[in-house]
Amino acid sequence: MQEILFFVLAAVAVLSALGMLLNKNPVYSVLLLIVTLFSIAGLYVLLNASFIAAVHLIVYAGAIMVLFLFVIMLLDIRADVEHINLKRLSRILALLATFIFLGETFLIIWMSLKGKAAFVGLGEGILGDVPSVGELLFTKYLLPFEIASVLLLVAIVGAIILAKRKLRPEPPAA
Amino acid sequence: MNTAIGTIDWIPVAPFIALSVLGFLIMIIGLFFPRIYRETLGTITLVGLAVTFFLILQNWGEPRYAFANTIVGDKFSTVFNGLFVVGAALTILLSLNSQENRYLLYADYFTVIVFATAGMVLMSAGTHLLTIFLGLETLSIALYVLAGFRRENAFSLESAFKYFLLGAFASGFLLYGIALIYGATGSADIQEVTRWIQQNSLTGSLMLPIGFLLLFVGLGFKLAIFPFHMWAPDVYQGAPTPISAFMATGSKAAAFAALLRVALSTQSYTAIAWEQVLWVIAVATMTIGNIIALRQDNIKRMLAYSSIAHAGYILIGFIANNELGHSGMLFYLLSYTFMNIGAFGVISYLSTAEHEFVTLGDVRGLAYRRPFAAIAMAVFMFSLAGIPPTAGFISKFYIFSAAVKAGYVWLVILGVINSMISLYYYLGVVVQMFMSAVEEKAPATATQQPAVALALVVSMFAVLGLGIFPSRWLAVFMEMARSFI
Amino acid sequence: MEKIIAVLFMFAVSALLALIFFTLNRLLGPRKESVVKSVPFETGRAPITLPTHRMSIKFYMIAILFVLFDVEMIFFYPWAVVFRKLGILGLIEMGIFILVLFLGLVYAWKKGALEWE
Repeated sequence: MQEILFFVLAAVAVLSALGMLLNKNPVYSVLLLIVTLFSIAGLYVLLNASFIAAVHLIVYAGAIMVLFLFVIMLLDIRADVEHINLKRLSRILALLATFIFLGETFLIIWMSLKGKAAFVGLGEGILGDVPSVGELLFTKYLLPFEIASVLLLVAIVGAIILAKRKLRPEPPAA
Repeated sequence: MNTAIGTIDWIPVAPFIALSVLGFLIMIIGLFFPRIYRETLGTITLVGLAVTFFLILQNWGEPRYAFANTIVGDKFSTVFNGLFVVGAALTILLSLNSQENRYLLYADYFTVIVFATAGMVLMSAGTHLLTIFLGLETLSIALYVLAGFRRENAFSLESAFKYFLLGAFASGFLLYGIALIYGATGSADIQEVTRWIQQNSLTGSLMLPIGFLLLFVGLGFKLAIFPFHMWAPDVYQGAPTPISAFMATGSKAAAFAALLRVALSTQSYTAIAWEQVLWVIAVATMTIGNIIALRQDNIKRMLAYSSIAHAGYILIGFIANNELGHSGMLFYLLSYTFMNIGAFGVISYLSTAEHEFVTLGDVRGLAYRRPFAAIAMAVFMFSLAGIPPTAGFISKFYIFSAAVKAGYVWLVILGVINSMISLYYYLGVVVQMFMSAVEEKAPATATQQPAVALALVVSMFAVLGLGIFPSRWLAVFMEMARSFI
Repeated sequence: MEKIIAVLFMFAVSALLALIFFTLNRLLGPRKESVVKSVPFETGRAPITLPTHRMSIKFYMIAILFVLFDVEMIFFYPWAVVFRKLGILGLIEMGIFILVLFLGLVYAWKKGALEWE
């Protein structure tokens, strides 16, 4: 059962990601990306990491994608937009990055085929479901949690300072 | 595992809490009293930083872990945090100049500087990669905003945007590295990772070295070392001058703090593995920084390239990987904080709202117009170039002798050659100031800047004091370096 | 695992239902296309411009604040699940977190970031 689910979700993820890249209309690309994110969330659920799956759906598929759409509309990208001409160096770098990721993937597959785990894994008893994450977050990782609030505050202040047109108080005239 | 409030050791987190509360306070004051004087706000910030400094000093001693080993108060964090707060205080003083007067929303500006310092504090005190990452993010986001604070200036916005894009990329690398380390060892706690390396080995899992490499890349961006240095000149040039100084000193020191913390806690297993690579990076960083700096006409740009070169020198201490090397890095970072903030400070000291005093042409004959500024600039230039009896000379002396002791003779020779190259452009500024006549249509310089003058005087005293009486400070840093063994 | 399968089953059934309705509509409904019919519906009036003009940066401000508070909200989810276990300490922990972010809201409010200028 789990294998079937995995292959279905993986196939959907890969196909929709390809569709996102090949589609010329940026709005369609965003919608396809949401499909990709959904299927990846499904994969997280299969890995027993339901908290990550929820975060993925709420933050990425929800909020970040809204932001993507906003940016596309802000920039007024037409459906028939010209293909971006990558410089030669960028092409080489893109190829290089692709091969690094491919290499990593093959490394992990090869190592698990040899029976040697590439990753130690979470260990027994530690699960990615919401109660376990919650308990860790509010006991062991309490400090990082509170730091996150300060980090978010800085981000709010920063976004307003940089993007707000007229800030109060008005700066004195030159 | 459940922590009760009473059993928490607050001392290690006290500096972070103090800085956060200070940030909230200034923010609230700015929101509800928008017409408050800039000087009043600056004074409040400085008092808050002084309180923080006092709290930081309480951490000197045996390591005190808190919050399930996510943060520590030890000699290492004391020294670095002290450095950050001093840097922040000098930056605040520099910001009370007449150029920033025009566009700044002071309260927001001070708030973000304080939050940036809070991020730095976490980077040196964090013993968990998660804490270090959150500290780095807090610092980075604050710096993106600060770089773009001249909202009507295209260069400043370009600076913020470039820094943001590359910084976000670097954070991605860092986070990916942390994820790989966690995947390989089952923990992101630096102590646990060390234990794992001791039991297995660095190559016990293939993902572990890759993880450390990515961690290094992420921090390398912040350090602006080759090949991750490209952003520095544009960003430093466009940012408000006090912020350029803050970025070149504080943020660089914070990245070095995180790097050293990881390397020293893992007992340098991680550093030794890339000795050769680091060697090449150090040489390339020094050489590229110095050679491009030769051709700069804009002093802020020149200082940006020179700051790349200085990161290369400091890296030599890291490669030497002995007590003198590590304490030399600290000494260098401390001296560099004063001399670099001083050099940027002179620009702030002279610039008016209409004209930024940044080109070599602007400083022509400065000695005859503003002798104090010229002398201060000369002291900082001598120190940056490494001429005795300044702090810059002693720092290079420590770093180079540590490297010789560790057997890196060629590295030191290349370092010395680089220092000689750098003499040319540092002394070029001095020559322009003292040996050429004032241009006829030279723009007016700013007057009445007591706060900036104070920062310059403090920095000058520190540069000369560290240069003439270095042994006391070195002893402190040696004790810090030893505390890890 | 059973719970997950149930959720996935629900997803699958809803997707299937949507698919069935669409195909039924296609198969059974009469199709007469005309130019007027393919015009976008805009409260019954003829559209004046193409809907591809650039949007104001003001939307961006709102969107970014939404994302930030959305991330804040994520932390409530695990907290709510283990709230009973954490007891009063958990309340204090979350109280500090909310207080800090409440400052962010106050900041946005006072700076006029929530206003449509």
